[in-house]
Formats: sequence, structure tokens, C-alpha cells
Amino acid sequence: MTIEKFSYDNKIVRNFAIATFVWGIVGMLVGLIAALQIPFPGLNMGEYVSFGRVRPVHTNAIIFAFVGNGIFMGLYYSLQRLCKARMFNDTLSKMHFWGWQSIIVLAAVTLLGGHTTGKEYAELEWPIDILITLVWVVFAVNMFGTIIKRRERHLYVAIWFYIATVITVAVLHIVNSIEIPVSLWKSYPVYAGVQDALVQWWYGHNAVAFFLTTPYLGLMYYFVPKAANRPVYSYRLSIIHFWALIFIYIWAGPHHLLYTALPDWAQSLGTVFSIMLIAPSWGGMINGLLTLRGAWDKVREDVVLKFMVVAITAYGMSTFEGPMLSLKSVNAISHFTDWTIAHVHIGGLGWNGMLTFGILYWLIPRLYQTKLYSNKMASFHFLIATLGILFYAVPMYWAGFTQYFMWQEFTADGVLKYPNFLETVTQIMPMYKLRAFGGALYLIGAISMVYNLIKTMQAGVLNENESSEAPALEKLTVEPAGHWHRWIERRPIQMLLIATVLILIGGLVEMIPTFMISSNIPTITAVKPYTPLELQGRDLYVRDGCYTCHSQMIRPFRHETERYGEYAKAGEFIYDHPFQWGSKRTGPDLLREGGKYPNIWHYHHMIDPRTMSPGSIMPIYDFLAENDLDTSSTGSKIRAMISLGVPYPQGYDLIANQDLMKQANEISADLKKNGAGIASNKELVAMIAYLQRLGTDIKANKTDVTN
Amino acid sequence: MFRQYLDKISGVEVYPMFSLMVFFTFFIGLIWYVVKANKEEMDIISKLPLNNDKPENL
Repeated sequence: MTIEKFSYDNKIVRNFAIATFVWGIVGMLVGLIAALQIPFPGLNMGEYVSFGRVRPVHTNAIIFAFVGNGIFMGLYYSLQRLCKARMFNDTLSKMHFWGWQSIIVLAAVTLLGGHTTGKEYAELEWPIDILITLVWVVFAVNMFGTIIKRRERHLYVAIWFYIATVITVAVLHIVNSIEIPVSLWKSYPVYAGVQDALVQWWYGHNAVAFFLTTPYLGLMYYFVPKAANRPVYSYRLSIIHFWALIFIYIWAGPHHLLYTALPDWAQSLGTVFSIMLIAPSWGGMINGLLTLRGAWDKVREDVVLKFMVVAITAYGMSTFEGPMLSLKSVNAISHFTDWTIAHVHIGGLGWNGMLTFGILYWLIPRLYQTKLYSNKMASFHFLIATLGILFYAVPMYWAGFTQYFMWQEFTADGVLKYPNFLETVTQIMPMYKLRAFGGALYLIGAISMVYNLIKTMQAGVLNENESSEAPALEKLTVEPAGHWHRWIERRPIQMLLIATVLILIGGLVEMIPTFMISSNIPTITAVKPYTPLELQGRDLYVRDGCYTCHSQMIRPFRHETERYGEYAKAGEFIYDHPFQWGSKRTGPDLLREGGKYPNIWHYHHMIDPRTMSPGSIMPIYDFLAENDLDTSSTGSKIRAMISLGVPYPQGYDLIANQDLMKQANEISADLKKNGAGIASNKELVAMIAYLQRLGTDIKANKTDVTN
Repeated sequence: MFRQYLDKISGVEVYPMFSLMVFFTFFIGLIWYVVKANKEEMDIISKLPLNNDKPENL
């Protein structure tokens, strides 16, 4: 047996570690700003930093920049050691690193600039989508190259989680990003309405599963045994954990659309599989915690283990809460309220955040061959971060329940007790302030960590190429007798294929019927395509992220139909590329907004919301009255819509702007009559046209609707 | 957009039931394997993260 000498690439791990904490601070800071913008609407300072654009920057920064770099940091460290091999190719590692960082920068700039697809956590426009695909391929080649040239026959369970992550994220990203470009920074998704919603939440749910969960479980299975210096509690349990998780997770997406216009069977499918998810998730949590059995005395002293224990506990909590939230009666409360926000932050701050911090505190001293600069400071971080999570989550749970019960309360006379939506918002304002305080605590902790880590780095020397040696992996001439699973554990490519088939079946069964059975989406004859001006207005609605606070989905509850009007029908959304159902009501639902108020009301409400609704927390949209509407794009937008099957007459793209100007002049004349002079070529006019159209197709022609 | 292609598959309705059966069988097989797995080999694999040629404790 020949012993081979080689070295581990620690520099790339260090680079991803720095990116993790730098983007972590940025993402948390942006989150804090967004949290403060709700109770203090004056902080919405103009077009580029209003809540609707800041919120997607926060979510994308945390998911793809902070957690993303955290994944790569832990993966590049553990994969090399588990494979007893250096990363496949240093150039690919560098391309991966710099490619990913440039995606993050491009994302931040374009999102603040209003270039968004309007689909949550997939907001990035098509050129960036392509770049993401390319960088992901580089990463995949680098990873599989390393696995193939490994010196260890067995693939440890962490590597399986990495393999499932790489393949599933690729599938999710590509399927959800199929879009028709209109210009360099604007595209429409090929799916519309209900189908778009289904694909989006299949993506959204599995982005949580395969970006925030499976890779971090891989890290858990490597770094928790490492930090505790003992093997995982049950390797058998980890095998079941892995297969059950990747099989079941992919089916659960529709639980994000309970009580919406999504076909009933798809909603039930989502619920059933969500309940089933408790089993593997808790199996994994128990496996992680029990790894520390007999080592709890260490947990009291070792800050790394403290972070990991809280992380695994938070994982257990949010994976219990998730299935509960997918029960329809519970979902009725959580959907559109702050309960969901609390839930995702238990996962984000607790599971992802705390595990990342634990790994960083463990990893950086080892890379720099020194001790952590200050254990005391790290203990302080642990304390303040845990407090921060509590101060964040408890007020948000409180706010969610309070607001829902105010929404649905009727008086003895059978009318809504709080008919004004705003009342239910002002009621929970103290909770929003407390939440921001919790977030600030968490951020302070993270800043102390960065200081601590930088001091550690300065005290040590980076071991850029850590030398190691291991016997070469000899080809087996005779396959040892054994079980099929033994066989698959040594074959990364076959495992990749099986994992792909598993997730594809789940995805296809969920989606195919909605696409092919026409009875799932009944057509409503009264529903017509948007006029060119309304279409332009709709794109402004998407651009400014109105969907981050306003839903367009009236659920079939008495209190919702009483408050907003007729409940939503699947057939109403067939021309909506993208759908704009939203996921949170910080403001009221807008599905039936059309015709509720005169044009002049919208005019004043946009210029300064507080003149029309005193106490409103909506940002000011006065810039819409100053910006000229870009009508040069109308033709290409109509052409794109025609190619997607929206029934505009042939050649309409050439004359669409005539109709657009006609409608704009009418609205502008109406506004002038009511005392507001605004030129017809301003963005505000298009926005008003769109808002006045919302939901009116059904209002006008109720008898045609069957659903 | 996939509709026109999928409509042409005859008997496409049985696919969901078929896939459910596939997975059911898969899980039974998985649990069977895990229960029967060789203890020594499991121990070796579970110690993989700890096998390092250099002491990790600082």
C-alpha cells in the first residue's frame, strides 16, 4: 500500500469564512433597517431604500450570502478531510468563490434598483440567474471531482447531504427561473397565476429544505462530532434521516398555499407530507443532541458546543412548528401574519445562525493554528444572541395571534369589529419595536464575533496548505459481498442519480396535474388580459415590491369576504405573469382594490399615505409622480405576453402605446378635475390604472363564476 | 406549457399511485437494511470525521 502525501486547501475555507461573517453582518443590518421601517415609516428614504426593495435584499443576503457562504466554508473544509483529498481544482475553487461574491453584489445592486422577478427568494433577474447556474456548475464539478479522486472508500453521511443539496438546488433554480426576457433586466415567468404560485412555492419550500437545511445537516453531522470529539449517536439513524428527508421534503411545497385558489387535492398533498416530515426531522435532531450524551459537562464549558446545542434545538422547534403550520386550521392563523415571520426566524437566527457561529468559533483558530482570542467574548455573544432570538420571536408570535384574532372578530350584530385594517396594525406596533430590539441584540453579538475572529486571525498564521498523508485508494478487483446500500455508499454518481430521481418524482407528481388537467383551473369568461397601461402599472407594482406587504389572495373565510370582497378564484389569475398573491399582510389585501376608491384617493395616498389614512405605516411613493413611465418597453412586453399565450390580437404590440396613452389621458383628466395636476406620462398614472383594475373582472360579472 | 405533451401519455393518472408504491417499497427496504446493517462497519464509518492524521485538540 503506497502512502500519498498531499495538502488540504485551507485558504479557500478561510475566504469563504470571511465572506460568511462579512455578508452576515450586512444581511442582519439590512434586516434591522427593514424591521425599523415598519414602526418608523420615515426611514423609507426614497425609491431605492423603501421597504419593498429592502426586504428582498435582506432575505437574499441572509439566505444566499450569509448561509450560502457558510455552506461553502463548512463544505470545503469537511469534504477535503472526509475524502482525504485536496479540492479537485484550485482554479475552480477560486472561480466558485469570486463568482458567488459577484452574484451577491449584483443581487444587492439590482434589487435596490427595482430589477426583480417578484417571486420570493427567486427575485434575481435572468442574467443573474444564468450566472448562478454557471457558478453552481463550477461548484458541482469541483465537488464531484474531489469525491471521485478521494482516498477514503466510504462516503460519510455528510457528503450525501452535500450531494443532495447540489443536485436539488440546481433543479429548483432552473425550473423556477424559466422566464422570457423582455429586456436586459426584465423578464416574465412562463407560468401564470395558480401554476406560477405552485412552482414558486415548490421552489420556496425546497429552497428552505435544500439550501437552509440539508447542507447544514451535513455540517451538523461533521462538525458536532468534531467539536464534541465523539462519533454521531447513531449512524443508522442518519441513514434513515437522509433518505426520508430528501424523499418527503420535496412534496410539501403546497402547504404554503393552503386556503388559496390552489386546487384542493394539491393542498392536502402538501399537508400530508408536511406532517410526515416530523419523523425524519426529529430523528435528525435527536441524533445531533444525543451525540453529546455523556459530554454535557463539556457543553457547560465549550462555547462552540453551546452554539451547536441551541442550533439543533432550534432545528427541532421549527421542524415541529412547520408541520403544525401546515394544518389548515393553524395555517389560517399563521398565513399572512407575523407568526410566519417568527417561525422562519427560529430557523434562520436559531438553526442557521447559531450553527454558523459555532462552526466559525471552532474553525478559525484551527485554520490559524492558535487559540480563540477571547472565550469570554464568545460567551457574551452566545448569551446576547440567545436573548436576541427570544426578543425577536416572542413579540412576533404575540403580534401574529393578536392581529389574526382582530381580523376575524365580529360584533354581536354580525359586522367586523375592526373594519379598518389599520387598527389591527397600530395595535401590534409595540411588538414591531420589540422585534427590532431583539434583532439589534443579535446583530451586536455577531459584531462582537467578527471582532473576536479578526483578533484571532491577527494572532495566528494561516496554514494555507495543511499537509497530510493517506494510503491511495486501491481499486477493488472483487466486489465484497454486501447489501445494496453498502454498494451505493461508495458510488457518488449513482447516489446522485437516485437522489435526483427521488426529488423529480415528488416535484412532478405535485405539478403535472395542475398543468395538464384543465378542470383544475376553470376559465372565467369575464377575465380579460390587462390593458397596456395596467400591464405597465403591474410591473411597477412588482418593481417596488408591493407584494412584500400586500396580498392579492382573499381566502374563503367569512371575515375575509366581509372585509375584502368575493374570495379568490383560480381562473382569475390566468394572465398574471408572475402571480402576486403575496405571503404577508402588513397592509390590507388588494385583490378587489379596483373601484373601491376614486383615482384621486390613490393619488393622494401614494404621494403621502398618511393624508388618506392617518397612522398608516406605508412608505411614501411620491417618486412615482415624478418618474416618467417608460413606454418604449410596451411593445416588447406585449410581444412577450403573446408568446406566453395571453390573447392580445396579433400585431397589438405595435399599436399598444396608442391605447396606453388614451387610458393615461383619461385618468390624468379625472385627476385634474379633482384638483390634482399630473401629466399623463407619469408612473403614478399607470400604477393607479393597475390598482383600479384589480379584481374588477369578477365584480362586474358575478354570474359567470363557477368554482 | 407541458400540457400538450403530457396529455398524450396514455394512462398518466396511474403515475402518482405507481410512484407511491415505489417509495413505499424503497422505505421498507431501507429500514430492513438499517436494522440488518453490520455493527462494526457502522462504527468505522461513524468515526470517519474523527480520523485525522494530526491531533485536532488545541
